[in-house]
Amino acid sequence: MLELKQLTKTYKTGDQALKAVDLTMPAGQVLALIGPSGAGKSTLIRCVNQLVRPTSGQVFLAGDEVTGLKGNALRRVRRRMGMIFQEYALVERLTVMENVLSGRLGYVGFWRSLFRKFPQKDVDEAYRLLDRVGLLHMADKRADELSGGQRQRVGIARALIQDPALLLVDEPTASLDPKTSRQIMRLIVELCKERGLAAIINIHDVALAQMFVERVVGLKMGAMVFDGGPDDLVPDVLTEVYGEEDWEATIEKVDDDDDADGDA
Amino acid sequence: MPMIEKNGQKIWQVRDRKAQFIRWAMWFFGTVAFLMAWKVISDGTEWYYVQTAPQAANDIITRAWPPKWGYINKLWGPIWDTVNIATIGTIVSLMLAVPIAFMAARNTTPSMLFVRPLALLVIVASRSVNSLIWALLLVSIVGPGVLAGVVAISIRSIGFCAKLLYEAIEEINETQVEAITATGARPWQVMVYGIVPQIMPSFAGIAVFRWDINIRESTVLGLVGAGGIGLQLNSSLNILSWSQVSLILMVILFAVVISEWVSAKVRGAII
Repeated sequence: MLELKQLTKTYKTGDQALKAVDLTMPAGQVLALIGPSGAGKSTLIRCVNQLVRPTSGQVFLAGDEVTGLKGNALRRVRRRMGMIFQEYALVERLTVMENVLSGRLGYVGFWRSLFRKFPQKDVDEAYRLLDRVGLLHMADKRADELSGGQRQRVGIARALIQDPALLLVDEPTASLDPKTSRQIMRLIVELCKERGLAAIINIHDVALAQMFVERVVGLKMGAMVFDGGPDDLVPDVLTEVYGEEDWEATIEKVDDDDDADGDA
Repeated sequence: MPMIEKNGQKIWQVRDRKAQFIRWAMWFFGTVAFLMAWKVISDGTEWYYVQTAPQAANDIITRAWPPKWGYINKLWGPIWDTVNIATIGTIVSLMLAVPIAFMAARNTTPSMLFVRPLALLVIVASRSVNSLIWALLLVSIVGPGVLAGVVAISIRSIGFCAKLLYEAIEEINETQVEAITATGARPWQVMVYGIVPQIMPSFAGIAVFRWDINIRESTVLGLVGAGGIGLQLNSSLNILSWSQVSLILMVILFAVVISEWVSAKVRGAII
């Protein structure tokens, strides 16, 4: 479904953020990308939707080449990739509903979007998604009135309303408390299962990644150093990815308590 | 060195001898220069007139008081013109300043090499000339009247508004823009959804602030024939009708106080 071939990014400063990364993902796979800060995780997912232009290498989404696209062709392929951010990246001064509907901008003409005249089916879908992430009652609140967990739910709804085939998720839980982090991860993974979406999730928290995903890829200094299941993450692997440290406590199995009641 | 060792004791001073001397010399020459300048100004002043200044001021005040209240009926029109010059001038300048600001901001300019320097040049040119001088030029171009005033005010305000606005554009949060871009939005949609909401508070603040300044500036434009209450002020001064001048000054004061109050209220409501 998603294929990266020899993907390389060298910034103008000379920093090599990605070194010839090869990665193939089947449809519907949820993958966690782990690695220390500066390993190139953010650069990798931004190269997939061309927010960062790779220096060389290719990206294919469902067989279509993404790299090198411009203008309308690039916009059409971006519509099929939803993105979720660490700091939520909601437009703070717009309402929750406007933020969710902004996920449809790729499908709606300029004037309609300027006057907020979105097609009724988009509005219906926005309400359905807000209900699904538990924020229907917040639809008319301004985004900056929400808590961190609520904002991230809006971010998820905005990505999903694009009707994407792939989710690019950049540190979704790094700004959240441990409980909210789990709720958000669970929500993302559940929604991917419901809709058969593939997802790349950049994540610091190794234990959280192990708890929710089916495949883990380790990145170090821009190169892939690990690719396997969550149970293959043994201390030696973490030492390889992050460097020497006592890893036993980190990968100790955490109980998945059923706390889906809280509303973050 | 501020520290000297003397008889085994460490004596510490803030400055060493040389720094101390330099400071003393600077004070000395500064004082001498001040006294010399004082002398030059004093020689160039007709002290006879300064001595009679209290009488002259008293004379004007007694002639100016009481103000000629009946003259107010002739001022409603000009003060309305003045407010209109400021308001329309501000609106026109904002319409021109917005595109210039987007062209001047580093993160939105279409071209760093050509468009941005051009936009910055427009901003500097507009800011470097006082609105009274713009009015003087425009009166000879479009003729005397309100139009010259409106155009002068708008030209003068473009630079001010565009400069503050482009600084606001450069300070926006780029990840919000990135998020909108990632949805596959067109560049214009990215602007409307990603950038405009972020600069709206600054825009509103700049608009009322400039309107408030323009009320004050447009009261004097009439001095050079560009319409508004300054026209009456000028003719009253010419015929030495101090009781009319005092009334006009009171009306101007009143208008400025009102405009300050309005802009403070509006800015308070935005923030």
